[in-house]
Amino acid sequence: MASPLASAVLFHVGPVAITRPVVTTWAIMAVLTLGAWLVTRRLTLHPDRRQVVLELIVTGIMGQVEEVIRKDPRPFLSVLGTLFIFLVAANLSGVLPGVEAPTGTLETPAALALIVFASVHFFGVRARGPLGYLASFAKPKLIMLPLNIVSEVTRTFSLMVRLFGNVMSGEFIIALIVAFAGLFVPIPLMALEILVGLVQAYIFTILATVFIGAAVDTAERG
Amino acid sequence: MDIKLISTIAAALAVSIGSIGPALAEGRSVAAAMDAIARQPEAAGTISRTLFVGLAMIETMAIYCLVVALILLFANPYAG
Repeated sequence: MASPLASAVLFHVGPVAITRPVVTTWAIMAVLTLGAWLVTRRLTLHPDRRQVVLELIVTGIMGQVEEVIRKDPRPFLSVLGTLFIFLVAANLSGVLPGVEAPTGTLETPAALALIVFASVHFFGVRARGPLGYLASFAKPKLIMLPLNIVSEVTRTFSLMVRLFGNVMSGEFIIALIVAFAGLFVPIPLMALEILVGLVQAYIFTILATVFIGAAVDTAERG
Repeated sequence: MDIKLISTIAAALAVSIGSIGPALAEGRSVAAAMDAIARQPEAAGTISRTLFVGLAMIETMAIYCLVVALILLFANPYAG
């Protein structure tokens, strides 16, 4: 059985091995960038159907972010909205025949969790200043300092492993059932996989929002 | 005993025992959220969002067990 921790190398660029999930990620990025360019090309005050759908998505994400952060969501929208749309596309790309979801290998969730980790500190420093942000680690008491620092690392790790574990285990179970039971038996499981992909994209984004909200605000850390 | 045999048994034990606690906890939290939504349907949005975040936190324990099992099966440091 193929190990879920390893990914197939497609070709090499110099000394760098380019694996399958990287190519899938590039394709998703290209499609999303092209799509974003196409739908925002002619924005008007009297929106047509395409612009209404676009505004629905953007204001929907904005509303969710605002409800969690309880501030103007605009500075965070570019990171969080892109994260959500990319995650939905990446998680659902596993449904297409011949494509494996890039979030089902450990590297893609690791990169996304690192982006969240970096942006939490970026927004925290920008909102409170370097010293104010560092001081927030020693709240509510100085004795919480080591725990707060450990939680920064563990929550990033669990963000990565949660996404990886859910997407990978879904694909793994479908592969097992195809091997044991036959071609059309895993269709209900694939439908479940679509639901799991959407829920995981939502959870990843909401958790990133909660972490950023805790960093910019005086609220408790998640 | 063979290291592969021990690893396989340990992986199965890790997932099976490790998922008991999170399963009970998730069941309790969903039941509590259902109760809250039934009492106060207008707060359903906030409750379900908090529920999802809480479920993700609880699920972390089960996912750590899954990671331990995967490491035992596919990246075992003792298998040589």
